[in-house]
Amino acid sequence: MATETTAAEGSSLVFHPMDQFIVKPLFGDGAIAWYTPTNVTLWLFFAILAIIGLLVLSTSKRAIVPTRMQSVAELAYGFIYKMLEDICGKDGIKYFPYVMTLFMFIVTANFLGLIPTSFTTTSHFAVTIPLALAVFLTVTVLGFVKNGAGFLGLFWVSSAPLALRPILAIIELISYFVRPVSHSIRLAGNVMAGHAVIKVFAGFAAIAVISPVSVLAITAMYGLEVLVAFIQAYVFTILTCVYLKDALHPSH
Amino acid sequence: MATEPISEEVVGSCVDSHGSAIGMPQLCFDWFPNQIFWLVITLVVIFLVLSRVALPRIAAILAERQGTITNDLAAAEDLKAKAVEAEEAYNKALADARSEAQRIAAEARAEIQSGLDDAIAKADAEIAAKAAESEKAIAEIRAGALESIQVVAKDTAAELVTALGGEADAKAIDSAIDAQMKG
Repeated sequence: MATETTAAEGSSLVFHPMDQFIVKPLFGDGAIAWYTPTNVTLWLFFAILAIIGLLVLSTSKRAIVPTRMQSVAELAYGFIYKMLEDICGKDGIKYFPYVMTLFMFIVTANFLGLIPTSFTTTSHFAVTIPLALAVFLTVTVLGFVKNGAGFLGLFWVSSAPLALRPILAIIELISYFVRPVSHSIRLAGNVMAGHAVIKVFAGFAAIAVISPVSVLAITAMYGLEVLVAFIQAYVFTILTCVYLKDALHPSH
Repeated sequence: MATEPISEEVVGSCVDSHGSAIGMPQLCFDWFPNQIFWLVITLVVIFLVLSRVALPRIAAILAERQGTITNDLAAAEDLKAKAVEAEEAYNKALADARSEAQRIAAEARAEIQSGLDDAIAKADAEIAAKAAESEKAIAEIRAGALESIQVVAKDTAAELVTALGGEADAKAIDSAIDAQMKG
């Protein structure tokens, strides 16, 4: 990783801000098949470990007066639980493990990605698109299962004038199918952009005169990325809740 | 990061011969199956861990805490009521003791007063008896004195009459002196 910003000899300023996103096999240099353990595998595994550590190990004492880590676990639980309850109502609660899984995975993957030289799994469309598609498919299937054809009422804006309704239906339909796209690209785009910008600033640090400014800029960007890491997980989760609400209560 | 040449097979369309990314690695579809495969495994593992272990446990902890807090609040309410009760009992006991003390004091005072009154009455009676006795003695003395004066006067009168050469008529002298004494 260290060599990538100063890779080429001779010229001091060579940026490879995207190299941090390259998927590599963990063992050897072979081709990447679908089952090959890669750096993606490694950091997904770390995400699992972090989640187990945070939500399982920290609560193993079941303390009435919580320790610090247990408080964090309870805070995360209460945060997502309340979000889901506020948006979807009581009948949304049974999807809580699903929503919690999404939130915990994204937030831990984002924060693990902030560790220098780590690999950020959520910066890849290959990760965020399946997440968004899973939400999209779940919501669509759930909508039809729960409401039957009534789910189509989501596209038929009954409060609008009759003449406008077909046009609105088309717009609603398009916006519905754009959901997974925006849902996934928002997350990956935000995470990737921040990491790439930090790398670019790191590349400037090779010039002695600029390096203090560069270090300051990296620090500031890092702070911003910490915010982004949480906010993007939050946004993804709250949008999931909103889409779930559409499936449970499709009326406008 | 590999600085040595990489085999053509690995390089593919995403990484150049220096090991740097060509374009966005995010759009390298060669890697998609691998990432999706591991992602699905990860999500399934996380989902199982959360739904089987973590979430029920945290829910139980939160419920238990809520229960404990409710119980503690009820217990605190009880204890508060008991404290109020105890305070009331204490105040009542205090008031009782005070009135009892007052009663005892009043009793004692009354007793002392009656004793005092008795003593005073007794003393008064004694004084009165003594005074009467003394008066009687004085009267006696006075009577004794009158009598002796009479005797002295009679004797003197008789002597005077004799000295003047008369015959002392005892009867006349007695009557004369009696008359004088009365007058």
